[in-house]
Amino acid sequence: MSELKRTPFFEVHEAAGARLIDFGGFEMPVQYRGILKEHEAVRSAAGMFDVSHMGEIMVSGTKSPDLIQYATINDVSKLVPGKIQYSAMCYDDGGIVDDLLVYMLSEDAYMLVVNASNKDKDLAWLLRLNEQFGADIEDVSDSMCLLAVQGPATEAILQQLTDVNLAEIGFYTFKTGKLADTSMIISATGYTGERGFELYFYTSGNSPTAVWNAIIQAGRLHDLMPAGLGARDTLRLEMGYALYGNDISAETNPLEAGLGWITKSAKGDFAGKKAIETVREAGISRTLTGFTTIDKRAIPRSHYAITTPDGEKIGEVTSGGKSPSLGVGIGMGYIQKNYAQPGTTICIEVRGTLYEAITQRPPFLKKK
Amino acid sequence: MNYPQELKYTKDHEWIRDNGDGTATIGITEFAQSELGDIVYVDIDTVGENVNKDATFGTVEAVKTVSDLFMPVDAEVLEINPALDAQPELVNEDPYGDGWMVKIKVVDAGQLSELLSADEYQDIIA
Repeated sequence: MSELKRTPFFEVHEAAGARLIDFGGFEMPVQYRGILKEHEAVRSAAGMFDVSHMGEIMVSGTKSPDLIQYATINDVSKLVPGKIQYSAMCYDDGGIVDDLLVYMLSEDAYMLVVNASNKDKDLAWLLRLNEQFGADIEDVSDSMCLLAVQGPATEAILQQLTDVNLAEIGFYTFKTGKLADTSMIISATGYTGERGFELYFYTSGNSPTAVWNAIIQAGRLHDLMPAGLGARDTLRLEMGYALYGNDISAETNPLEAGLGWITKSAKGDFAGKKAIETVREAGISRTLTGFTTIDKRAIPRSHYAITTPDGEKIGEVTSGGKSPSLGVGIGMGYIQKNYAQPGTTICIEVRGTLYEAITQRPPFLKKK
Repeated sequence: MNYPQELKYTKDHEWIRDNGDGTATIGITEFAQSELGDIVYVDIDTVGENVNKDATFGTVEAVKTVSDLFMPVDAEVLEINPALDAQPELVNEDPYGDGWMVKIKVVDAGQLSELLSADEYQDIIA
C-alpha cells in the first residue's frame, strides 16, 4: 500500500479523538464523537469538516472559457465572476469522468473542485482535451485547504471571524476576503443540504490549524462540532446527492444519473455530447431512483439487489443506510425505468429476504 | 477499554458469560462496539434454533457497516435482548450489561473452557 497523504489538519484530528481511515488516498477522519451526534449537530447547529483531500485545479488564460465549456456538460457561459456551477465531465462514450464545481474567479480564470480519488484521471482527461485549446492548467490541490462549515448556526459562527458580510453570499456564489486573519474563498456551497460555507485557503498563508481553532472557538457557544466523513455521507444521502464511485461512475451517463438538469446540449459541442444525445433519443433504460424502506430490518446497503415484489431483479442499490433524521432506511439505486415512477412498490433483498420499499424522488429530508 | 475478567471471549469479538445453570449470555466486546461505531439495528431471528459454534446467529447494523454475529459455542438460542429493538444504542453504551444480545442453552459445557480469557483476548486486539 502506498503512503497515505495527510491534510494540514491531521494533528488536530488526532487530538480531537478522530478515527482515521483511508479515503481517496488520504488519511481522513471518519468520525470524532460518533456519526449520529455529528449528523445531528449539522442539522441542528453546525459541524466543521476537513475536506482538504478534495482536488482543486486552476484553469486560466484566454482559452480557459473554451476549454471548460468543452470539457464540462453544464453551460459555463452562464457564469459570471463570483458564481459557482455544479457540473460534470464526461468521456466520449458519455460515461462520467467526475462531478465537480466550477468557480468563475475572473473573466479568464476558473477553479475546478473535483473528487480526491478522481483528481489524477480528471487532470489527465483535461490535459488531453486541452491539446486543442491551450489553456493554462495547474493542480493546486496539495497547497489548498478546504474546510466545510455546515448547519443553521454557521453564519453566526463565521461572521464573528470576518468583515465580509456573509448574509450577502447567496447559494452557489462566493466572495474572497479574510476570515480568521487568512485570505480565502468563502463559498456558499456544501454537501449536507444545510446553509453553510466552504472555505478555500492556501497552506502557505496563516497557519491552517489557526483557522480551524478560531472556528472551533467561535463555534463553542453555538454547539459546533468537528464532523467526519461518516456524517458527511449520511447527510448527503438524506438529500439524495450523488456520490462518485457509488451512484455515478464511468459506467453511468448523466441522463440515467438524474443529471439531465446540468446537461446543456444547446450550448454547443462538448466531450460526450454525441453519446449523450444518442441516449437521449433512444431513451434511458434505467434511472437512479430514491426509495424508502418500511421494515426496520431493511437497511439498504450498496450492492443489495433491487427486485419487483415478485423477486425479479430490476436493479442494484448504489447508496443506502438508515436515515439518522428520519429513522427509516433510505437509499438510491439504478432501477429499470418502468419501475422508477415515484410511489412504486419495489423490494430490496437484505440477507436473502425481500423487504418492501417505495420509490421516491429525493431529497428524503424535506427542508423548510 | 474494559474487558471483565469473569467473561470469556472469541476472536470474533463476542463475549460470553457462563450463568452457571447451563445457560450463557452473549454480547459483543467494547472493542467491537467501538470499531463498529453507532449501532442502528440488531437483527437476530434465530430464537428457538440450534446454532453451531462459529455459525452466524444474527447481524449488527452500524451506520457505516454491517457485521455478522458468530456463535461462540454450540447452542440453542433461548432469548433475544428485547430492549435492543427500540434501543440498539445500548450495545454502544453498555456492551457487557444492558447491551447483551442473546441468552443461549449451552449444548457442550466443555466448549466454554476453550474460549479466550480476558487477557488472551486483549493480546489479540492489541
